[in-house]
Amino acid sequence: MLVIRRDLVDAMVAHARRDHPDEACGVVAGPEGSDRPERVVEMINAERSPTFYRFDSTEQLQVWRAMDAADEEPVVIYHSHTATEAYPSRTDVSYASEPNAHYVLVSTRDPQEYELRSYSIVDGVVTEEPVEVVESYMFAHTGSDDIPDRG
Amino acid sequence: MAVNVSIPTILRTHTGGQKSVEADGSTVAEVINDLDSRHTGLKDRLVKEGALHRFVNVYVNDEDVRFVGGLEASVSDGDSLTILPAVAGGMR
Repeated sequence: MLVIRRDLVDAMVAHARRDHPDEACGVVAGPEGSDRPERVVEMINAERSPTFYRFDSTEQLQVWRAMDAADEEPVVIYHSHTATEAYPSRTDVSYASEPNAHYVLVSTRDPQEYELRSYSIVDGVVTEEPVEVVESYMFAHTGSDDIPDRG
Repeated sequence: MAVNVSIPTILRTHTGGQKSVEADGSTVAEVINDLDSRHTGLKDRLVKEGALHRFVNVYVNDEDVRFVGGLEASVSDGDSLTILPAVAGGMR
């Protein structure tokens, strides 16, 4: 399950719309091990293509170093499909190498409605996961266990 | 000639979970061979048919080695070598 703030979803969709008809790509960084996406980093699509994307390798090194220095990791790796549904292609699967990341696909084939879906991709196996869009992480998924004891 | 090599998550199974390891060599190819002698299997993940695998990026300091000679790119004592999975995809 991917729990993600609405402003981050809006930012990914806006990026995908802006780059349409080329594929847009980027990451959402978050604290290491938290599974909490916090910060959208739009990346250059070095392919500048409607059918392919590839992170620019020099930009990727800079972004990965910055995440490392901030104890962050790519919680979400996203890209858009501009003419097909939001489902990973064979090429997407063959390149997927972050077993802990949520691979988010945004389809912009419909100019009015977008489709956003999330997957885990581990050893070539694609598993779709539910996406819960929240206004804030503060109140998401608090169970009785999470209420602090009142001393 | 010691270089510090940073290992991405996906390849840490080969380094016993270590994020960075030391290796020796004066070219990228020599460093990879040295790495493979201590961490078996790493070379297969990085090199295919005598060239860098298209699924990985290898950098010497800030330079993508694809632009500076590939496996023959030179490495000096104290350099850092960074391995990152390429992030890419396509329609088919």
